Order: sequence, then C-alpha cells, then structure tokens
Amino acid sequence: MSGGTPGKVGLVFVSHSSQIAAGLVELARQMAPTAALEPAGGTDDGRIGTSFDLVSAAIAAADSGSGVVVLCDLGSAILTTETALDFLDDELRARVRLVDAPLVEGGVAASVAAEAGDALDAVVAAAESARGDRGEGGGGSAEPAAADADLPSSAGAGASGYSRTVTLVNADGLHARPAAELAKLAATFAHRVTVNGADAKSLLGIMSLGLTKGAEVEIATDDVAGSDEVDALAELAASGFGEH
Amino acid sequence: MGLDITWAVDWVRRSADQMAENRVELIRLDREIGDGDHGENMDRGFQAVGAKLDDLPAGSTPGDVLKLVATTLISTVGGAAGPLYGTAYLKASGAVGGATSLDGAAVAGLLAAARDGIVSRGKAELGDKTMVDAWTPAVEAAAAAASAGADAAEVFAAAATAAEAGAVATEPLVARKGRASYLGERSAGHRDPGAESSALLLRAGADAAADGAGA
Repeated sequence: MSGGTPGKVGLVFVSHSSQIAAGLVELARQMAPTAALEPAGGTDDGRIGTSFDLVSAAIAAADSGSGVVVLCDLGSAILTTETALDFLDDELRARVRLVDAPLVEGGVAASVAAEAGDALDAVVAAAESARGDRGEGGGGSAEPAAADADLPSSAGAGASGYSRTVTLVNADGLHARPAAELAKLAATFAHRVTVNGADAKSLLGIMSLGLTKGAEVEIATDDVAGSDEVDALAELAASGFGEH
Repeated sequence: MGLDITWAVDWVRRSADQMAENRVELIRLDREIGDGDHGENMDRGFQAVGAKLDDLPAGSTPGDVLKLVATTLISTVGGAAGPLYGTAYLKASGAVGGATSLDGAAVAGLLAAARDGIVSRGKAELGDKTMVDAWTPAVEAAAAAASAGADAAEVFAAAATAAEAGAVATEPLVARKGRASYLGERSAGHRDPGAESSALLLRAGADAAADGAGA
C-alpha cells in the first residue's frame, strides 16, 4: 500500500473517460510537479465508464500515508469510488476523502494545495473552494477597471467599496503559482474581493485573466470593511510573489 | 423446499441467459434516457460471473455464490449498475450468511438486504425512476408472502411479479436520479432500464426456484 509522494497528500481523478482523467493530471501537473496525481479514467479495457479496480489501484498508488483526496466526474464514478472505499482496509479508508467539487477546478486547486504540503483537511478545503466558482470571474473579459482609471497605483474608494490598482512586477505575471498564492490568501478572507472583476478565491478565474508582467491589476471590494484584505492582496501582488 | 447451492448457481446461469437475451432491449431502453450501455454492461458482467461458477469450491453456500456475483459485477460492470448491483448482492450474501438452505423468510430477508444496499449506495427513493422502483415492490410482496407462510419458491415468484409491475410503472415517471435525470421531463414515457434488468434478474431467480421445487 505504499505509494504517493512522502509527506504530501495524493490525488485521484476518477472520470468516465481515460483521456479526461489523464488530461487533468497533465493540467494539474503544471502546478504540482511532485505531488502524487493518479488518473482513474475509463473501464479496465479502455471503454467509457469507471472501474472499481482502477480506482482502488489509483488510491493505493496515491497514498503516502498523508491521505488521499478523490474527485469524480459523473454520478456513477461516485458510486464506483464509494464502493472502492468500502473495500479498503480501515486504516487506509480513514485517510481517503471523496470530495464533491467540480473535477477540473477542484482538482487543480487541490493539486496546488497538495504540492504545497498542506494537510488532508486543507487539501479537501481547497477542492471544495472550487464549488461556487463556475460562472463567476471565469471570463477574461471581466469588467474593465475604467471606473478607477483616475486612481493610478493608489488607494481609492468607490461609491461604497475600496480598490487598489497595482502593476505586476514578477516575470511570469499571474501564472499558476502566483495565482495559487493569491487565491490561497483570498480564501482566508471574510469579504468578496475581485481581481479585475474575477473572484480572487477562484484560482482558475484568476489564471484565465491571462495577466502578464506589466499588467495593471485592479483589486477591489464592494465592502469597505474588506479594505485590509484588498491591501493584503495588493501587497502580495506588488511584492512579485517572491519572484523577480 | 429450501433454496440451496444448486438453486443459487442456477439463478446465476439463468440471469446470464436473461442478460444475453435482453441485451439489445436493455441497450434500447438505456439509449432512450441514458448512455446506452446498460445491456452491454450487464451482459458482460453476468457472462464473467458465469465463467467463474465452475471455480466455486466444493461446499460453497448460496451466500458464497451471491458474494461471487457481487465482486465480479463490481469489477466488470463499468456503469452505475456495477456498484449498485454489486452492493445489492454483497448485502444479500451477508443476509443469508453461511446458510445452506433458504426458506421463505430467508428469501424475503435476502431481497430486503439487497434493496437496502441499492438504496444506501444510490440514495434513490421510490418514484425516482430507478431500479428501486422494481426492488421495493418486490421486497414488500416477498415479505407479505413469507409472513403468509409461502415457501421459498412462492416468495421469490411474488417478488418477481411485483418487480415486473414496478418496472412497467416507471414508464410515466420523471427521473430524479442517475443519468436520466439530466433529461428532466423528457425522461417520462420510457421504462427505466435498471428497473427492467432488476425485474429480469428476479424472474430468473423465481424460475430457478420453481424448477428446483418441481424437480
């Protein structure tokens, strides 16, 4: 039963399609080069469906002892996974979590958390944080920051909110890892904060903005009570995320 | 007359025959409101079980056969039917334990455990247009027959008849679980393939019991 990456939570992606599961590993791998990411897609003989044996094997392969988070696509993938969990020995089952979250967004968010060495509960929370993201902030054509165009690189207050505009200084802009750091910080906030209109808690929403070095980024909240949170994100972005 | 290992093996063989014979029909039903693989999956699963029957060790019980069906279906049926039927047969196996012969009450208990397994796995309720709509009437009919003193074969026959009626009764329902639920109102007017396969499997068990009892 020993597999996975020592000290890191492992992930299993269960899909009816082997290509979806393998593709998600490929996608998440960009942000999680060392975490154990195991695909369990399709049936044993490569058809569309899910496989008890493949899911069971993937869980074993992902488990380093730090726990395993499993994400599924359609209903019967969940049934197959639940059945596989029933057949695990008690010790392993106690550290395997089946999470109800969007497969792609939840899988990527969980992979980033697992890569960072987060504990099982935190990786589960990262996956669950993707639940409400769809339809919000996913578009790159988020509202332009025109309303605050007269407030360059400075703090400003809208009618009832608060915003700051900063310039990205790190070489790769808001690519995967900085976006993950930003989303992770935003996940601790009590107020809704947006990055160029996208929900700051949405990792994929931020990434899909495609912001590169030199881009102007407006970090905003509709609630002045969230001003400190906007400042915290602005400072993180202005610091270059530790990159240069 | 109790139902023994000979009956259990015969039930599996008849089930495999039923799934092969109705493969195309189950595919057709599933194509109307699902993904169209139910007949293929069930046929593959039961052919795989059938191939393993010869390897059953001497002294096996009906419960051993049910467990073999469970583990094989779980491993070989790629759709939701694998875990659902697998859990059903597993719980049924647990309910009969190591008994070598099943009376009417034991059959009623076997069926109730199987139904409870499907419900706990799939979270479906009566009226959701799923296999539960075949199983729950079957369990109720079996319990009524058993408490009226019917023998094992009669209990199984009552269950099969109720399951067949339950499967037909899924036709006007709007699906609330499974792939068909994505269709919403459009799922009405079609029989649920899982309820249909459930009725076929229970009829196979009833026929095996009737022939065994008459022998």
